Formats: sequence, C-alpha cells, structure tokens
Amino acid sequence: MGVKQDNADPGQILPPIEQELSNELDPKLKKYLRGEGTNLEVLKDKKLKSQLSVREELYGISAKAAAKAEEWLMPSEGGYLEVEGIEKPWRINQHSISSEINISSLKNQHDIIIPDLGPYTLDFNSSGRYMAVAGRKGHLAVLDMKNMSLIKEMQVRETVRDIVFLHNELFFAAAQKKYPYIYNRDGIELHCLKEHGSVLRLQFLKSHFLLASINKFGQLHYQDVTMGEMIGNIRTGLGRSDVMQVNPFNGVVALGHSGGTVSMWKPTSAAPLVKMLCHPGPVSAMAFHPNGHLMATSGKERKIKIWDVRKFEVLQTIPGHARALDFSQKGLLAAGNGSFVQIFGDLSESQHYSRYMGHSMVKGYQIGKVLFRPYEDVLVLGHSMGWSSILIPGSGEPNFDTWVANPYETSKQRREKEVRSLLDKLPSETIMLNPSKIGTMRPVNKKEKQTKQEIAAEMEAAVEAVKDTAFKNKTKGRNKASKRAKKRKELIERVKRPLLERQLKEDEKLAKKPKISEKENALPTALQRFASKKATA
Amino acid sequence: MKVKVISRSTDEFTRERSQDLQRVFRNFDPNLRPQEKAIEYVRALNAAKLEKIFARPFIGAMDGHIDAVSCMAKNPNYLKGIFSGSMDGDIRLWDMASRRTVCQFPGHQGAVRGLAASTDGRTLVSCGTDCTVRLWNVPVATIVESDDSSNCTAEPLAVYSGNNAFWDVDHQWDGELFATAGAQVDIWNHNRSQPINSFEWGTDTVISVRFNPGEPNLLATSASDRSITLYDLRVSSPARKLIMRTKTNSIAWNPMEPMNFTAANEDCNCYSYDARKLDEAKCVHKDHVSAVMDIDFSPTGREFVTGSYDRTVRIFQYNGGHSREIYHTKRMQRVFCVKFSCDASYIISGSDDTNLRLWKAKASEQLGVLLPRERKRHEYHEAVKNRYKHLPEVKRIVRHRHLPKPIYKAASLRRTMTEAERRKEERRKAHSAPGSVATEPLRKRRIIQEVE
Repeated sequence: MGVKQDNADPGQILPPIEQELSNELDPKLKKYLRGEGTNLEVLKDKKLKSQLSVREELYGISAKAAAKAEEWLMPSEGGYLEVEGIEKPWRINQHSISSEINISSLKNQHDIIIPDLGPYTLDFNSSGRYMAVAGRKGHLAVLDMKNMSLIKEMQVRETVRDIVFLHNELFFAAAQKKYPYIYNRDGIELHCLKEHGSVLRLQFLKSHFLLASINKFGQLHYQDVTMGEMIGNIRTGLGRSDVMQVNPFNGVVALGHSGGTVSMWKPTSAAPLVKMLCHPGPVSAMAFHPNGHLMATSGKERKIKIWDVRKFEVLQTIPGHARALDFSQKGLLAAGNGSFVQIFGDLSESQHYSRYMGHSMVKGYQIGKVLFRPYEDVLVLGHSMGWSSILIPGSGEPNFDTWVANPYETSKQRREKEVRSLLDKLPSETIMLNPSKIGTMRPVNKKEKQTKQEIAAEMEAAVEAVKDTAFKNKTKGRNKASKRAKKRKELIERVKRPLLERQLKEDEKLAKKPKISEKENALPTALQRFASKKATA
Repeated sequence: MKVKVISRSTDEFTRERSQDLQRVFRNFDPNLRPQEKAIEYVRALNAAKLEKIFARPFIGAMDGHIDAVSCMAKNPNYLKGIFSGSMDGDIRLWDMASRRTVCQFPGHQGAVRGLAASTDGRTLVSCGTDCTVRLWNVPVATIVESDDSSNCTAEPLAVYSGNNAFWDVDHQWDGELFATAGAQVDIWNHNRSQPINSFEWGTDTVISVRFNPGEPNLLATSASDRSITLYDLRVSSPARKLIMRTKTNSIAWNPMEPMNFTAANEDCNCYSYDARKLDEAKCVHKDHVSAVMDIDFSPTGREFVTGSYDRTVRIFQYNGGHSREIYHTKRMQRVFCVKFSCDASYIISGSDDTNLRLWKAKASEQLGVLLPRERKRHEYHEAVKNRYKHLPEVKRIVRHRHLPKPIYKAASLRRTMTEAERRKEERRKAHSAPGSVATEPLRKRRIIQEVE
C-alpha cells in the first residue's frame, strides 16, 4: 500500500508553510508583473529569444521581491469597518465611529463653518498634507492638515470659482472672476494668466506640469507652468461646461457637457480623442478611479453610471443624484448630493459598487465638492457654509512611498523632489488613451505582404491553367506558327490582367499611406458613429 | 462593530536627531505610479544625452619615442606598466598613471617587431629585424617612486641571433617557452641560445604568432600566404591550416572562451573562428575602411579592440557584427598596435606618429572610486537606456558618432559597392533556375580552403 500523492510532482513538494506563502503571494505577484509575459515561441531569431527569456526571468524575480516586500515590510495597515450581526454599514454615522477610534484620529473629524463667504471648493496636494480652500466670495486659504494650522489666508475681493495646487504646496492657482491667478504660499500674486479668460474649472497634470482650464466659452487651455508656454488652445465647440476631471492614469482631460456627452482631450489635437454619450440629460459630475479603468458620471436624470473607460461600456447604474463625485485611492466612490453624501464601495472586489457608508449634514448646507484625502481615511466636503471633514475607514492607501509622495516631507526633500520631477517632466505628446503603448514597436502589416504573395501565386496558377490550351487548327493557310504563338501570348496576358490591376492597386495604396486616426481604431463598433469620418485621405 | 482608521505616529515616520538619516518608506504598488513607461522613456532620453555629454574617452598621450611605435606588450603582474617598441629599436617601459617612461631597454639595431612579457612579469622578450632575440630583466617597481630625472636603462639578459629577421614573438602562458615568427616558427627556451623546435608549412614568412591562453601547447600563426595555421607543440607538427583571400595581420585568442580566436585581416574585416571548426567563420566584424593592423581582447572576453590603417581604433562586441565605439584624433596617424588593459578599463594604442595614447574603454565612464549611490545611478541609466534604445529618438542619440570626413566617405563608398554586388547577385539568382546559383554566406566566402 503506497502513500497516495495528489497532484504534486515529486520535484515540487514544498514544506507546508512555504506553500501557504507561495499561494498567498500569487495574486499579489500578478499586480507587480504588470501584464502578461510575451509569447516567445513565435520568435525565430534565437539570439533575441534567449535575451528576452533572460529578461522575462528577471521580471519574475523582481515581481516576487516586490510581493515579498509588500507582505513583510509595510509599516502601516489599512483602515476597515466591520459590522456585526444585523447592523448595516450605511446606518453607522460619524458619531458612533468617533467613540471607537483613538484620539489622534479624532482631529480629522471636524466642521469649519464660515457662513458668509460662499460655497467652498478645495484641493489637496499630492501627499495629502496641505489643503487649499477657496470660498466663492473671494476667500483663499492654505492649511496644513497635519498640524491643523493655517498657513496663509487672503481675501481677493472677487468671485473665485476654483482652486488647484500646482506641483508643490508652494504654488496654487485660483480661477477668479476674469482670469486665473497663480499665487505663492505667502499669498504673493505671481502670475495673472490673461489668455485663459474667465475660467470655470482648473486642473493640474502633475507629471506633465500642465495647467488645464475650461472657460465660460468652452475653450480649453493647456499651459506649461515651468516655462509659461501655452501648449494647447482648443475650442471645444460643445458649449459651456463646468465639469472637468483629469484621468490620472493617462493624463487625459475629460469634460462633461450639457448634452450628456463626455469628451476627452489631449493638448496636441483640436478634435477630442473620444466623445461618448453618457446621459440623456446634462452631466452633473464626473470622477476617475486612480487605476484609470473606471469612470463614474452622474446626470441630472438621477442616475450615477460607472463606466469601464477602456471598453467604453457601462458596468453599473446606481440610482441617485450626485452633484459631486470622487474616487478614493482604494476605490471607494463618494457621491455628494444636497446635504448628504453617500459612499459606495466594491466590497467583494467584483467591481460591483454597493452602499458602504453615508453622512448627512445640517439641512440647507449644499455640498459642492467632495474630495478624499490621499493616504488618509478622510473625506472632506466643501459646502455652502464652509467645509467638513469626516472619517471613512478603508478609503486611503495606508503605505506611502517616500519617492512618490511623502506626508512628512522636509523642505530639503521637497526641493529635491521638485528638481527630480522637473527632470522627469513628460512632454505633452505622451498624453494618449493607452499610455502603455510607449516603447512598443508598431507591428509589421503582414496583411499587405500576404496579399501580394497571394496575388503572385494566383497569377502563376492562372497562367499554368491556361498555358496548354489547344488551339483549333485553322485551314486555308491561316495556321501560321507565328500567329499561333501570338494568340497564345495574348491569352496569357488576358488572364494576367485583372491580377496585375489588383497588384497595382495595392502598390498605390501603400504609396499613399492613408492616415488611420487613432481613435477610430480605439472605438468599438457601436460607437463608430461618434467618430469623425472626414479624417482619412 | 469594529472600526480602524489609518493613524500614523509622527515619531515612527520622522528621524529622532538631526544626525540621523531621513527615513525612507517604499511601496512598490504600480497604482501609485501612473505613466511609469512615459517617465522611463524620458529618463532614457536624458540618460542617452548625459552619456554623450560625459563621453571624453581620450586620457592622454605618452610621447618619448622618436619613430613609429610598432609593438606593445602588457605586463600581466603589474597593471600600470606597458612595454612599447618602436621602429628604430627603442624599447620603453611606461607608467600609465603618470604617462612617463620608467625604463628604457636600448640595444636593438633595427625595428623592434615583437614584444612579449613572461607570465611572472620578470622577463621581457623582444625580437626585431636585426635577426636577434633579446631577453631583458624587468625592474621591479619600487615603493618609493623614482622621480622623472632618473631614467633607468637595463642591460639585456641574453641576446640570441638567428638567420633571418623576426616578425613577432609571443610567450607561453604558464610556461617557459616562447615562440618567434620569421621565416619559420621557432620555439625557444629562456636558457637555450638556439630554438628547441621549429615548424614550417609552406615557404612564406610567418608574420604573427599567438599562444592559446587556455591550452598552453596550442598556438596560432598567420603567414603572408594568406593563411592561418594552428600548431600543437606536443605533436610537434602543424595541426591545421586555413587559407583566406587576404592576409591576416594579427590574431587574438578570446581569454574567456579559449577555443575561439579572432583574426584581423587586410580586407578591413575581423573574422572570429572556432578553432575546432575552421571551415566557417563564427562572426564577421565589419566596420573599418582600411586594413586592420592589430587586435586585442578584453580580459572579460566580451569585447575586443582593433587598430587599423585608417587611423581609427574601434571596439567591437565579441559576437557583434558592428563596432560599438570608434576613437579617432586628428593627431593620431596609422595605428599599428592596440592593447586592452588588464582591468578592462583602458585601451592603449600605438601609432605612426610616435605616440602611445591612453583611452577609456567606456567613453563616458566615471573613473575612480564611486559612491554606492553613484554606481546605482549609473547602472540605472544603463538599464533604462538599454530598455528603450530601439526607439528612434533614443537610438539616434546613442548611435551617433562623429567620423572624420575621409572615413565617412570611404565607408559610404564601401556600402554602395557592397550593395551593388548584392543587388547584382540577387538579380542573377532571380533570373536563373531556382537553386542553380547558391549564395555563400560572408562567413564562408572569404575562406578559400581548409587544409589538414
């Protein structure tokens, strides 16, 4: 009686602890591998094949090391909310949370009420430590959220519609009544950007150092803040829109219009990359998931739709209004409407969003902006009477990377980071729908080659078939050899002619090189009617 | 209900005293890094540009000879020293760090044609056109460096005369024998004044000889009848002969793969062969526009350097068809000998203008002791540049080398000529019955025959 072995080969029997570890590591490994490995079987060049297989092995090793580091070396753990029994998570309010958590997190739960200065809009810097706040009546302020201290506040005595940090907490741009202005941390006005006009919304593309703005006439401006160059000045032609978001994954700016369409733009082209019809009514808010695959839009017809941006199809429709939308770093979606905010989460990791938490404020406070704070479990709401900060467990990324964003940055580190990010500044041509195409080679068009070969083969076959036809023997001296040869030649020419014409056409096509616009290739067939057809030669 | 919110204590994430290092925390999650490929591409572009900015390969020239430098020898025990012999019989030992002559070995009456140092570095063997072979004692480098005024001269240990002029000499690795090339190949012992053995195959002069680093009894020679011959000392007869279309000026064995050797030929190419299979070259290295005079392998076995009659020095990969680097100066005339230094960082070239020149093997390398941070940054730059070097913008910068105009013109002329040949061959093939015209690969085409 032998010992039965289930499907483990003798070479792969691991001790039980190691096996558990390797099982745990596999899904994490996928995250670090960044896609599938290449198929090396189709390569005929042996040298290239061996070089690439060595590279693939190295990728596997580095992914394993990163997965192990994630397992053992992370200093902080994420937040969570676990309910027991018949409790529902969306019935739990901030008050009941505050009694369970430690005191140091309580300072993140607060309301700041400033009744006279209008609805407030806000922005965080990339590490979540500094917050810029703008009230409609002209109140601008920069706060340090770690120490809960006010760094600078000023009154510009003009309508301020939007505020955004530039690459640092040292600089911020405010969209004032006539033009956007750039200010220093000390409140000194550095620039007045006259070209932009009266801006409704501002966005900053961090890796490209581009300040994007949409103004009252529907004009989109892209300005490079390092040298002050205006990179793009696009007339969208779609009217006034005050919904504007940047997709952090690829740097594309998306605008929501009153016809229910969402258009996506890049600075170097005058036509949008994509125009999709999202809602039957105007689009009221929009948000992008940090991984770039999901987009949430809400329309005035009381629906919040969650889209897969790569395939441009709806994944889920949630009933409800939303005047403000935001995704957190961990993928929770906050929808602000009136005086209450709903938070949705994909709790079972199936990309199906269900209710997670909610918070309602004093009736009469209209929420204008919701923003999750990076690297913290905090949601800040900008409303008509000021701003409030509430705790949402599980929304923030617990472990930051010092070289990406450091909430405990010293001024020396900040200066180093500024220089390094300037060296790594991306040119505006790298903004594209699929940024992983950079570095890839365009595949050789095998189709044309095949058709040429096919045509040649066809020609040969046709000539073979016709070559040996017997001609009728003519009488009365009309059967000369030269005439027979001529007839045979003509027959072969006749057979070849259509194939030669086809060959000529293929050559013409290759010579002309028609430009296939990228977006036409990118759109699925259902949306082809929205692509512009006049581009091709 | 169980709740937990992210809470960080400041002292865990900041340093305690100002003397401590700042704390660094890493999270390798790709979601935190959008557009990483674009950033890598920008870094590759910047790395390529930086490499070109820092590319200053020429270190210095060592002058002192009064006639062209005809041969050089490395001292395997002493990294800093190099021997050089010139066309007027002057042999010098140079200190490369200070670029001065340490010792002179006067004695030869005519041109010095070959130099070789024994494996222990104590004896130097030289041969010349005055039909003599001289052995010299190499002075040991003293701890207290002598200043430039005292220039020592050494007396020869022994002078052996032969009947004909000698063309090359090479010392056996790990042995006591050395071989000279002249009218025939002679094997000598240090203590005997006559060769202990002699090989001859054919009647032409043998112009270069090299011992195999891995197999001390095997040696390769090249003769002026366009052949390359392999000899085995144990069998005391020549082993194989390979006849090519043009003469081979010099041969070098690959120190890491001792069965392969590379021959520097008169037809501007270098041919790498496997000594076991001589009917086909392993690789043809094409880039020079005039005869290749000398060749030397790097101790890593991955690269070799060639010096050519067209006034340039080129560095090739051991398996690459084209050079990765070219060095030239207005003042450097015909290059007669090149050597790769024993630490694979420097190249020494000896040329017609009586100077020895010292170059860096990697043109933009930072010499000296590097901080670990610097080393990591250099490695990162190399890696990111290699990842994107096939893209047009990066490739344009990485590949760019300034060529002197005569070489540029000569290279384009050669290119048009070979293109024309190839096109004609293709047309001949297309217009004849399939299979009747067989094209031989270039690796075989230049070989006439192999003889046992």
